[in-house]
Amino acid sequence: MSFRHAIGGTTYVFDDLRMLMARATPFRSGDALAGVAATSAAERVAAQRALADLPLQHFLNEAVIPYEADDVTRLIQDSHDVAAFAPIAHLTVGGFRDWLLAAEPEALPGLRRGLTPEMAAAVSKIMRISDLIAVAQKCRVVTRFRNSIGLPGTLSIRLQPNHPTDDLRGVAASTLDGLLLGAGDAVIGVNPATDNIEQVLGLLTMLDEVRSRFDIPTQSCVLCHVTTALLAMERGAPVDLVFQSIGGTQGVNESFGVTLGLLREAEDAALSLKRGTLGQDVMYFETGQGSALSAEAHHGVDQQTIEARAYGVARAYAPLLVNSVVGFIGPEYLFDGKQIIRAGLEDHFCGKLLGLPMGVDICYTNHAEADQDDMDTLLTSLAVAGVTYIMGVPGADDVMLAYQSTSFHDGLYARAALGKTPAPEFAAWLERMGIGPQGKLGEAIPASMAPALIGL
Amino acid sequence: MSITRWSDLRRFTQARVGIGRTGNAVPTAAHLDFQEAHAAARDAVWSVLDAEALRAELGPVPVLHSEATERKTYLLRPDLGRRLREADRASLPRTGGTVIVIADGLCASGVQSQSVAMVRALDADWPVVIVQQARVAIGDDIGEAMGAEAVVVLIGERPGLSAQDSMGIYLTWQPRRGRTDAERNCISNIRPGGISTADAAAKVHWLLRGARALGATGVALKDDMTSAPLLE
Repeated sequence: MSFRHAIGGTTYVFDDLRMLMARATPFRSGDALAGVAATSAAERVAAQRALADLPLQHFLNEAVIPYEADDVTRLIQDSHDVAAFAPIAHLTVGGFRDWLLAAEPEALPGLRRGLTPEMAAAVSKIMRISDLIAVAQKCRVVTRFRNSIGLPGTLSIRLQPNHPTDDLRGVAASTLDGLLLGAGDAVIGVNPATDNIEQVLGLLTMLDEVRSRFDIPTQSCVLCHVTTALLAMERGAPVDLVFQSIGGTQGVNESFGVTLGLLREAEDAALSLKRGTLGQDVMYFETGQGSALSAEAHHGVDQQTIEARAYGVARAYAPLLVNSVVGFIGPEYLFDGKQIIRAGLEDHFCGKLLGLPMGVDICYTNHAEADQDDMDTLLTSLAVAGVTYIMGVPGADDVMLAYQSTSFHDGLYARAALGKTPAPEFAAWLERMGIGPQGKLGEAIPASMAPALIGL
Repeated sequence: MSITRWSDLRRFTQARVGIGRTGNAVPTAAHLDFQEAHAAARDAVWSVLDAEALRAELGPVPVLHSEATERKTYLLRPDLGRRLREADRASLPRTGGTVIVIADGLCASGVQSQSVAMVRALDADWPVVIVQQARVAIGDDIGEAMGAEAVVVLIGERPGLSAQDSMGIYLTWQPRRGRTDAERNCISNIRPGGISTADAAAKVHWLLRGARALGATGVALKDDMTSAPLLE
């Protein structure tokens, strides 16, 4: 089915839903790279007007990637809940924007299973940044493993203690630094430098020992490939969370070396360990706009719509944490600070609306036209939007992945600026250890947190 | 002797630990250290590979070019950086065996300073080619054109604040256009202070033996080499 809209005597025609969605997307380099972006500002707004007039019902009749060709489309369509959709079944995309902005927060959770990722993506395309923030702020998603993540008034932080060679003492030193600055309630999660099973086992064991030694109410994760995590579990390693990068098409998931079935197998294996104390949300997913194009598995669909479909994959499981790595994928997908900021807020909005515990890796690489000022702007916006968690990296400089994310200090800033606290169990632990909710001040490390206790 | 001061954590890692605090921000000196490092990294992205300097060390090896004509196009069009220029494709000899590709990637200075040492550490009689404005997957085009059994791509890694000289190695069995990243094995952070060229070379040989036995690289080839490899 084609769509059309006239502006100033020119009629713009969009061949199908996929093209309409792509042309309606605020400009970003990745859509230009894929050849799907609007070619003029007028074409873009024509597409936005046509999209605004489209009944939400239409998304149940036309897929952006054929059902037969893609298991993510099948997952989305087969799990759609018609009863949950009923309250908004009469709306257009434009009407849905108005509805969301006026809605009471209590109306949103019941809607989640009635929304497809494409509906969330569509409405985000006709929203301004303030709309993305205002609606996301109303979404509440709480998950649990050894603490409670996402409660009102909280902002959690993933402590990311990466080291270029996975040196255990180096990782431990960064971990201690972060704990003293109030980080680590989302997870203590290290990206290993390689997928070497011996190194992964070493990191898993060390992080679990640090957690046990200080009795921290949090979880640890080594962000290796899901097949490596399965191998680690077979060998009896202390695996709290299973991590995997995922995307919004079958092809991009294949490029990551995963299938929906493999993710289920890994979730079942982690559940069988029963390591959670407050809950059993055992999965940790990362996503990011542009990964499908990077894998040449985008089917001509714009990158933001595919990103929303990745959230459709994530919510088929019970993740403790999901985050977009928004500025990490590179300038060919998000060229500068302006594009990264908008994408970060879109990702957070879509994830939250679909019911995910959505965090954002507020970040940029050195080949992007972005800097710390852009990240401060995105951090502040996301904190206002109620982002579930952000990253904490020593001094904002990830010495293994060679990119810049938020620092432990940035986390303290965001919590202080907006009156947020860590997860309650973790906040109580910070008090017990003599650190306090806003982190330790001064050079002396308290005896309760002595480096010698963890082999430093 | 056990440590008690926060800044002493710095002896264990090059990460920016124990940098102090003013309010909820980093102190001025640490803030400006960061800005200076970011400036160096930005400049490293735009560094240019000196192929003649490499040929002076390695001999008269072919110098090739991707379809990305200059740096900005390279940054915005990774698809062009993955493809070998057609004329270069036709010029390559069919050598078979394993081929080493030296590619500038996102930081020419990283591969400039380390690729020669890496080729020597590999200590093998494999043909070498140099390629400009190149992404990892260009090894598939080159390997296919040369009829290679495997390709070993030495490539400059995206510069970080602490390292503007890091090199990665990507290993692909039976390279041909269309291979995905899940079909490769990667060794990253090869640089002073990271993984040494000797350790990286041992791992390349170990992975190649595994790839030959398995008939594949990538996620199917698990990197379970023990941390102290026994060389053959």
